[in-house]
Amino acid sequence: MTAMLTRILTVVATVLLAAPAWALQQPPPPKGEFVPIEQLPPGDQLPSAPLLVAAYAFVWLAVMVYLWTIWRRLNKVEAEMHALEHRRAGSGR
Amino acid sequence: MKRVFLPVLAVAAAMFAFAPIYIANAPFEASMGLVSKIFYFHVPSWFAMFAAIFISGISSAIYLFKGRAWADRLGVAGAEVAVLFGSMGLVTGPLWGRKSWGVWWPWDARVTIALLLELTFIAYLLVRKFGGPGSEKLAAALSIFGMFNVPFLYMSVNIWRTIHPPTTVIPTLPSGMPGPFWLSVAAFLTLCALLLTLRSGLEHQRAALDALYLEDE
Amino acid sequence: MFTKVALLVLRKDVAIEVKSFEMFSTTLFFAVSCVLVFAFALVRDGVVVADAAAGILWIAIAFAGTLALGRTFERERYAETLRALLLAPAPRAAIYVGKLLGIVLLLAVGEAILVPLVALLFSAALFARPLLLGGLLLAGTVGFGAVGTLFAAMLVRSRTRDVMLPILLYPITVPVIIAGVRGTAALLEAAPDEPTALMWIGLLTAFDVVFVTLALWTFEPLMTE
Repeated sequence: MTAMLTRILTVVATVLLAAPAWALQQPPPPKGEFVPIEQLPPGDQLPSAPLLVAAYAFVWLAVMVYLWTIWRRLNKVEAEMHALEHRRAGSGR
Repeated sequence: MKRVFLPVLAVAAAMFAFAPIYIANAPFEASMGLVSKIFYFHVPSWFAMFAAIFISGISSAIYLFKGRAWADRLGVAGAEVAVLFGSMGLVTGPLWGRKSWGVWWPWDARVTIALLLELTFIAYLLVRKFGGPGSEKLAAALSIFGMFNVPFLYMSVNIWRTIHPPTTVIPTLPSGMPGPFWLSVAAFLTLCALLLTLRSGLEHQRAALDALYLEDE
Repeated sequence: MFTKVALLVLRKDVAIEVKSFEMFSTTLFFAVSCVLVFAFALVRDGVVVADAAAGILWIAIAFAGTLALGRTFERERYAETLRALLLAPAPRAAIYVGKLLGIVLLLAVGEAILVPLVALLFSAALFARPLLLGGLLLAGTVGFGAVGTLFAAMLVRSRTRDVMLPILLYPITVPVIIAGVRGTAALLEAAPDEPTALMWIGLLTAFDVVFVTLALWTFEPLMTE
C-alpha cells in the first residue's frame, strides 16, 4: 500500500515541479498567415545566449552519456568473462 | 587500431578544446548574431551522422552478402553512432531555428530528412533488440535500405518543402568562418571514428564472451 | 523458370483468396474506416481541408497495405507453408516476386474501390486524368509493396511483428507517400498540373527500380538461417 502511495506522490511531485518550467516556455507563434520577416522587432527578440549554451551543452552531454553507456556495457561483459574463466579454472579443465 | 587510439583521442580532445576559442573569434553572421554559432556544431554533426550512416550501410551489405562478423559489429556501431549524432543535430537545429525563424520545427528539408534517417536507424536498433530470430540480418537489410533511401528522401522532401512558403534564409559562408567550420567538421568526424571503434570493440568483446559460453557447453 | 515460379506463387495466393475473400474484404473495410476517420477529423462545415483528399487516399492505402502485408505472411506462418516454400527447389527471388505481385494485385483491387469512394466523399476530381492517376497509384503501390514484402517476410518469425513492420516500413517509404500525395494533389487542382504529376511518377518509378533490385538482392541472404 505504501509503495503505491509513494509512486503516486512521486508522480504528483514531478508534475508540480515541472509545471513552472513548462509555463515559462515561449508562447507558440501566432496562428494565421505565416509571414517571414528579416529582423524581429527588438521587443520580440529572444536572448541568444541560453539557446547557444543549451546547444553546446547538449552536444557535450550526449557524447559523455554515450561514452558512459559503452563503459558500463563493457564492464558488464568483462565481469561476465572473468566469472566464466573463474568457473572454468575452478572446476578444472 | 588500438595503438593509434590514444593519440587520436588526444588529438580529438585538443580539437574540441580549441574549437570554442576559434569559434568565439569568428565573425558574427550578419542577420542572426550570436545564435548562428550553433551552426559550428550543428552542421558538423550532420556530416558525422552521414558518415556513420554510410559506414553502417556498407558494412551491413558486407555482412549480409559475405557473412563477415566484423562487418555486423561495425554496422551496429555505425547505427548507434548515427542515432547519437542525429540526436545532436535534431536538438541543435530547433534551438537555432527558434531564434532565427521563430518556430521550433520549421519543416525545413534538411531537418526533416535528418528526422527520417534518425527514425530509420532507431528502427534498426529496435529490430536488433526486439526483432526475434534473424534480426541481425533484417537490421542489416534495413541499414542498406536506409542508405539507398538518402537520395530519394533528399529529392522528395526538398521538392515537397519548396511548395510550402519558405521560412529560412540559409546563410552563405562569409570569409573568416571556413576556418572554425572545417575544424569543427574534422573534430566531429574524428570523434565519430573514435566512437565507432569503441562501440565495435564492445561488440567484439560480446562476441568473444558468446564464444566462451559456447565452448563451455 | 523464374517467371513460372513467380506466377505459380501468385496463382496460389489468388486461389486461396478467391475462395474466402477474407483478406480482401477485411483490408478493404479497414481502408474505408480509415477514410471515414480522417474525414471526421479533417472536414469542417462540409468542406474538406485543401489537398486532404489526396492525403487521405494515400494514408488509407499505406495503413491497409501494412495490414495486408502482415496478414499475407501470417497466413504462411500459420500453415507453416513458408518453410515449404523456401525448401522448394525454386529461386528464392522468384518467391519474393510472386508474393510482391500478390500484394500489388490485392492493393490494386482495393484501390479500384477506394478511389471512387474518396472522389465521391470529398468531391475530388480524381478522374480528371485517370491514366496519370493510375500510373501514380501503380508506381506507388509497387514501391510500397516491394519494401513491405521483404520486411514482412523477415518479420514473420518475430513475436513483435505487428508493431515492428510499421516501424521499419514507414521511414523507408516516406518518399513514396510524399510523391503519391503531391502527385495526386497536383492532379486535383482546378487545372490538373500534368508535368508535376509526371515528375512524381518518374521519382516513384526510380524508387521502384532501386528498391525492387535491392530486395531481390537481399531476399536470398536474408531468408537463409
